[in-house]
Amino acid sequence: MEIFSLKKGLVAPLDRANVDTDAIIPKQFLKSIKRSGFGVNLFDAWRFLDVGEPGVPIESRKINPNFILNEARYRGAQILLSRKNFGCGSSREHAPWALADYGFSAVIAPSFGEIFFNNSLKNGLLPIVLPEPDVDVLFRDVFDVPGFELVVDLEEQRVGTVDGSRMYDFDIDPFRKHCLLNGLDDIGLTLQHVDEIKQFEMQHQLNQPWLFS
Amino acid sequence: MLKTLYDKLWDSHVVRTEEDGTGLIYIDRHLVHEVTSPQAYEGLKLANRLPWRVDSIVATADHNTPTTDWDKGIEDPISKLQVDTLDQNIKEYGSKAYFPFLDPRQGIVHVIGPEQGATLPGMTVVCGDSHTSTHGALACLAHGIGTSEVEHVLATQCLVQKKMKNMLVRVEGELHPWVSAKDIALALIGKIGTAGGTGYAIEFAGSAIEALSVEGRMTLCNMAIEAGARAGMIAVDQTTIDYLRGRPFAPDGDLWDEAVTYWRTLTSDSGAIFDSVVTLDGVDLNPQVTWGTSPEMVLDIDGRIPDPDEEKDASKKESIEQALEYMGLKPNTRLKDIKIDKVFIGSCTNSRIEDMRIAANVVKGRRVASNVQLAMVVPGSGLVKAQAEKEGLDKIFMAAGFEWRQPGCSMCLAMNNDRLEAGERCASTSNRNFEGRQGAGGRTHLLSPAMAASAAISGTFSDVRNLVAN
Repeated sequence: MEIFSLKKGLVAPLDRANVDTDAIIPKQFLKSIKRSGFGVNLFDAWRFLDVGEPGVPIESRKINPNFILNEARYRGAQILLSRKNFGCGSSREHAPWALADYGFSAVIAPSFGEIFFNNSLKNGLLPIVLPEPDVDVLFRDVFDVPGFELVVDLEEQRVGTVDGSRMYDFDIDPFRKHCLLNGLDDIGLTLQHVDEIKQFEMQHQLNQPWLFS
Repeated sequence: MLKTLYDKLWDSHVVRTEEDGTGLIYIDRHLVHEVTSPQAYEGLKLANRLPWRVDSIVATADHNTPTTDWDKGIEDPISKLQVDTLDQNIKEYGSKAYFPFLDPRQGIVHVIGPEQGATLPGMTVVCGDSHTSTHGALACLAHGIGTSEVEHVLATQCLVQKKMKNMLVRVEGELHPWVSAKDIALALIGKIGTAGGTGYAIEFAGSAIEALSVEGRMTLCNMAIEAGARAGMIAVDQTTIDYLRGRPFAPDGDLWDEAVTYWRTLTSDSGAIFDSVVTLDGVDLNPQVTWGTSPEMVLDIDGRIPDPDEEKDASKKESIEQALEYMGLKPNTRLKDIKIDKVFIGSCTNSRIEDMRIAANVVKGRRVASNVQLAMVVPGSGLVKAQAEKEGLDKIFMAAGFEWRQPGCSMCLAMNNDRLEAGERCASTSNRNFEGRQGAGGRTHLLSPAMAASAAISGTFSDVRNLVAN
């Protein structure tokens, strides 16, 4: 995983609750056996008027002018602002892959689907939980102020306005924060405990031998 | 200290605990399918690693497989490549069992795991699929994971996790004969919302749960994720033990007796503390039908489509308006006046033999309504299909005008050719009514197999209790 490096980013609003991972990346694109290339089909059914199929070049697609991310002012956004239960539903890791591949480094919402939340952290995509009233204020900002940006300080666990007039603290698991800041993958870290896993496994087999038959 | 079932399952799998409470959890059973595993195997290969414990892996191809014309193979080349990739990975790295496309035991991963006795009480069970919660019906700690975690389990046999909170969902009273586990699941989600269980492991208990068969329990645990909870579970009782006896991968002989003795301890201690308790009344529960684009948008069959003007909360109002527009519905319409185009009986929620039996029971001697263009039954596995055919259920369905298909995930998520066209309305026994889930522009209404069968006959949503009474 790459080191999480976002310091400041343009914010794009997606003013819907319960944005599910089927909406983030529809099923027809899950047939790929690769980890990359999902960004062009992020929010496919909302971004485009025609039905997307794998491999169709973006130039030949019909853009939906009414979908907010297609507005010029949100081009290049790195922070997505949304409503409660973002990323609910299917466990597909293709959802954070698509968001990251499109260019997002962080998603702010009042709550997240749990599997999506975990998957994001493993892909350098920072899910930030803020209280609903704060998210309301940020929605107002982003609609009112063209080019509205937020600064992100993962080390200090704070996100706020560029002028520093408003700062919001957020929680993050210390282990996950450490992994993001240092670009660490779990597997290597877990394999530092090989002996403990083997020891557990031996005892587990003694306790429940039928699990190993 | 008094423990919940979840506490016991967690405690018996902790390899180590970090100072901040993060646990390294040992995984007993790793279910693998073709969609969420290729990148994990690729990662394993790139890092020059091998699977830690091959005999924990049970694999099948289910999402991409067609439900018709099996003699032609998988015609979509992209789908075929994904299924071939699974074949290759299993061939290269090995597994305890693999049920490939065309194998008579192939089927939906969450149907075949329990069916084979490959998921057992007390296990930790994971799969790159959110509906892994299904297996909690057998008192496992079972939940979905992402592809990075699939790779992590392959490489280390463990997961890094924070312990969840405990929620008890208590359902008391005897259900009406035509009201099922699906109705409990939908009513619960209607009550607590799709994020109501976020951060919790849900244990289902109470007399209505005890009375459910293991298959009904699977339907209920399957939809725990739709209530936001990664894991749902039900304590071991005699029903659990009876279900497992004699299954291919279940222990036998002395090992069976030893296992059963242990399994009987897999219940929450009397007086154990739950962080949250929700109760539902089973006696007055009516058949449920979703109307919108989230499983929490659900009504009793006698209900009317909500009116956004009566909603005071601005964001809820907007959600209702968005759902009404997508679903092509007007406020205050009676569910029973809504016509349907297609019927899908299948999915990891409702494709087991009891689901087939109850739906067949409803349609027997009746005909699918003329406005229904397609009514299809997709059994959950080759063995479910064979059993249904042995009982003559296929003939009942076909005589009524249903199509009887080959097993797989099918139109639950439409990765194969089974899908809704834009604007089509479907009565579906699956688990998600999200926009586009069953096909771009498709409109999904979730309900039980009995209610789907009733809708097929009526051509509109209808109360199965009235239909069978006539």
